[in-house]
Amino acid sequence: MTETPHDITLTLNGTPRRLSVPARRLLSDAIRHDARLTGTHVGCEHGVCGACTVLVDGQPMRSCLMFAVSADGAEITTTEGCTTATGGLGPVQQAFRDCHALQCGFCTPGFITTITAFLETNPDPTEDEAREAIGGNLCRCTGYQNIVAAVLRAAQIQREQSQLQGEQGQPA
Amino acid sequence: MTTKLFGQRVPRVEDPRLVSGQGRYLDDLGHDALAVAFVRSPHAHARITDIDVTAALDVDGLVAIYTYDDLDGRMAEPLPLLIPHPTLTQGRTPYPLANGEVNHVGEAIAMVVATDRYVAEDAAGLIEVSYDFLPPVVGVEAAREAVDLVHEDVPGNVAATYMQETGDAAATIAAAALRARLQLSIERSASMPMEGKGVHARWDDDDKSLLVNTSTQTSTSVRQAIAAKLSLPVDRVEVVTPDVGGGFGVKIMHPWPEEVLVPWAAIRLGAPVKWVEDRREHFISSAHERGQLHEVEFGYDEDGVLLGLSVEFWHDHGAYTPYGLIVPIITSTQLLGPYKPRAYRVEFHSLYTNTVIVTPYRGAGRPQGCFVMERVMDYIARDLDLDRAVVRERNFIQPDEMPYDHGLIFQDGRPLIYDSGDFPASMAMLKSLVGWDEFVAQRDAARREGRRVGIGLACYVEGTGVGPYEGGHVRVETDGTVVVSTGLTTQGQGHQTMLAQIVGDELGVPVDRVRVTTGDTRRFKYAVGTFASRTAVMSGSAVALTARKVRAKALRIAADALEASVDDLEIVDGRVQVKGSPSAQIDLSTVAVLSNPLRYAFDDAARRATQFAGRADPTKPPVDPGDEPGLEGTDYYSPTQSTFANGMHAVIVETDPETAEIKILRYCVVHDCGTVINPMIVEGQVHGGVAQGVGGALYERMEYDASGQLVNASFMDFLMPYASEVPSIEIDHLQTPSPLNPLGVKGAGEAGVIPGSAAIASAIEDAEGFPITAMPISPSELFALRAEHPAPSRRAP
Repeated sequence: MTETPHDITLTLNGTPRRLSVPARRLLSDAIRHDARLTGTHVGCEHGVCGACTVLVDGQPMRSCLMFAVSADGAEITTTEGCTTATGGLGPVQQAFRDCHALQCGFCTPGFITTITAFLETNPDPTEDEAREAIGGNLCRCTGYQNIVAAVLRAAQIQREQSQLQGEQGQPA
Repeated sequence: MTTKLFGQRVPRVEDPRLVSGQGRYLDDLGHDALAVAFVRSPHAHARITDIDVTAALDVDGLVAIYTYDDLDGRMAEPLPLLIPHPTLTQGRTPYPLANGEVNHVGEAIAMVVATDRYVAEDAAGLIEVSYDFLPPVVGVEAAREAVDLVHEDVPGNVAATYMQETGDAAATIAAAALRARLQLSIERSASMPMEGKGVHARWDDDDKSLLVNTSTQTSTSVRQAIAAKLSLPVDRVEVVTPDVGGGFGVKIMHPWPEEVLVPWAAIRLGAPVKWVEDRREHFISSAHERGQLHEVEFGYDEDGVLLGLSVEFWHDHGAYTPYGLIVPIITSTQLLGPYKPRAYRVEFHSLYTNTVIVTPYRGAGRPQGCFVMERVMDYIARDLDLDRAVVRERNFIQPDEMPYDHGLIFQDGRPLIYDSGDFPASMAMLKSLVGWDEFVAQRDAARREGRRVGIGLACYVEGTGVGPYEGGHVRVETDGTVVVSTGLTTQGQGHQTMLAQIVGDELGVPVDRVRVTTGDTRRFKYAVGTFASRTAVMSGSAVALTARKVRAKALRIAADALEASVDDLEIVDGRVQVKGSPSAQIDLSTVAVLSNPLRYAFDDAARRATQFAGRADPTKPPVDPGDEPGLEGTDYYSPTQSTFANGMHAVIVETDPETAEIKILRYCVVHDCGTVINPMIVEGQVHGGVAQGVGGALYERMEYDASGQLVNASFMDFLMPYASEVPSIEIDHLQTPSPLNPLGVKGAGEAGVIPGSAAIASAIEDAEGFPITAMPISPSELFALRAEHPAPSRRAP
């Protein structure tokens, strides 16, 4: 029962990574244990909790429901990749701290990737839209109220940043 | 002056690491460790007749398979009964691996070690276990009837019966003008942290020492348990708790079988070994809580004053009793809430069933007790046509009655004495916050539109800061960093921030200069653990006392260096200075250097403390008798009793006339946890507690079938609330300081969850006009209740 390894290439947070994985290896395990980016967490392994959500070619996906081999060639963003270009806290990450939107932090990476993708399509959400956007992720600590606030705060930070960049004549 | 940190909404120091993926949870460690999978019983009650591992032996990458027969020494004995009690005469605990019999679905039978988790699961799947089936006992009623027994040597399935009484309840009830009986039940739920359990063990054969990481709420006690089970000297074992992805009680239970098996295997195999629980394992082998059936009899007068109360209840503790009787003892004592019946009798029976064990889940028996007492209050109000808030006010213990002795023994073995609280003031705040007096008009207006809305409320008192003690260590490093450690552990409550605020204030340094470590036995060996909303009270007080000792020493050394009087000194922004003359100053970092007389100048700063630096008084020894080198200290806090926090919740619900869907329109909380260290963190704790209260009231239950299968053992079927189910929560704080500790604080961690079922039941009852006696309640159950209570018998809209 020796498993055949498959060579795949992922672009993980902008860096190409070559991995050799058995066909059945979950993308979540490949990211965490092969690429050793442990910011992505696994809460249920059946696609319900959303903790393992990563962006696959920009779309939020449950990495526990994907095989690593099926992500060959994809661009993947994890919470480690949601920082600023200089490695500081990105807008969603900063908003989570500002709003006390995390406690144990285990579900947080899945929220950060989900919200990052959501704000790409809706940069100025209402509170109802913010609540809807996080409606597929489980958190057992916060009661969600501060996460809803963090979605709105992240949108505000992004707007302020793009305004600042606009004033400085840089591309947003 | 340094800005005072205590009471401020200081952003959490933990967060930058956790939001950017730099946390270190259990499964983020030991990528190259051998992996473990367990064969667990698929049957609720059976004798094991054979374990055939033959097919598994061919799996490429298999390292070892262990069954009970492989366990040696004390590993072959049952796991400890953690909290013995004189009435727990029939306590039973499991073996690390089943010894010939399984008593619930999920009980571990064989441990498989392999090169990775996939392979370990492959091998586990090929192990054939043969069983002789025994009749399963599922649910309180079946346990009570005792037609079948869980343990053949435990008659009636009763582990313990425990009674406490103050006054003569039976006589008081008999003499009362009005009397009633209620039967009230609460179903099972579970802590269900997003991260399950996990253990990683490394054995250093050269050093003959063991380093264990486990996702626990008590590293010090796990350390002692591992040393005892593995017959190792305690000083050869260290337990380091990594970041923990939530606990809510389930991780205070210890040692879990895996917490002794994984280290045991690491020693035998001479290699690092790791086990990470998957979600199904968590459902069927980690603890549940809440399942109880209560029969209540009470007598009251025409003013709605509760005179006599007698409660008998049956507690389903599952297959074993490793955590003793803590949950039912808490129910039986905390049931009283803010009220003072003249006579109270409570008796409980703790029953075996062939289900997962029951140990504390956030609230720990209090939600059940609160549900019982608040249903009684609502019954009295309905019977006498009195306002529900008024009935409660008439039964409150008054502020001038504090401290109030209930005449009972609490969960810590000490008298149940409330130290403080102002219940009438809390009620006034709640009524104002929710608009209690205005609601009748809103309800009637809604009813005219054909809508069903109702308001409910519930009050609770929570004993927090349970002993016996916690300790703290504080050291000022020579670079000015203040390192703090305390032995209890952290599961997301922001302890690093909260403790840094306390120490920062005491030592006059900003939060970012304070580094806090929790749950690492290498740093602090004596501790109890994180449970019973105790960290701010116990470790908060301990580090405050410690920091005061360190401050006194810093001032003494600085006074010598500055040739000033200690009384004239203050510490501002990390510098000790003469009050009113800030130019005479010395950095705390320099004080730390001077605190340690040196021979060797290992760095530039150290030169000031060396023997030719010219400061020493040659008539005295470099370290005075009774003094110690280093600017550090250790101290402990050990109170005579718990401190009692309290709160009141009000909720407005709307029930759909057609579908019986239950929607929460508003949820209001008045919370009194004494002085507040960080309001942002306290509010976050309340939010999370309320969410679990809502889950427990409307969605979550452990659905066991008659054969003992947990049929909803997944996040798809066990309905934890998403953002769409949790309302916005409105909070007001009352702060009645505890007289028992140096900070005036009381615990806040569990508060939010306690009155959820009681308040929501009250609101549904108000909306529907018929009694709610069992929680949680689903739309289907409400729909069925409507059929039992046809409209004419309901209160007129």
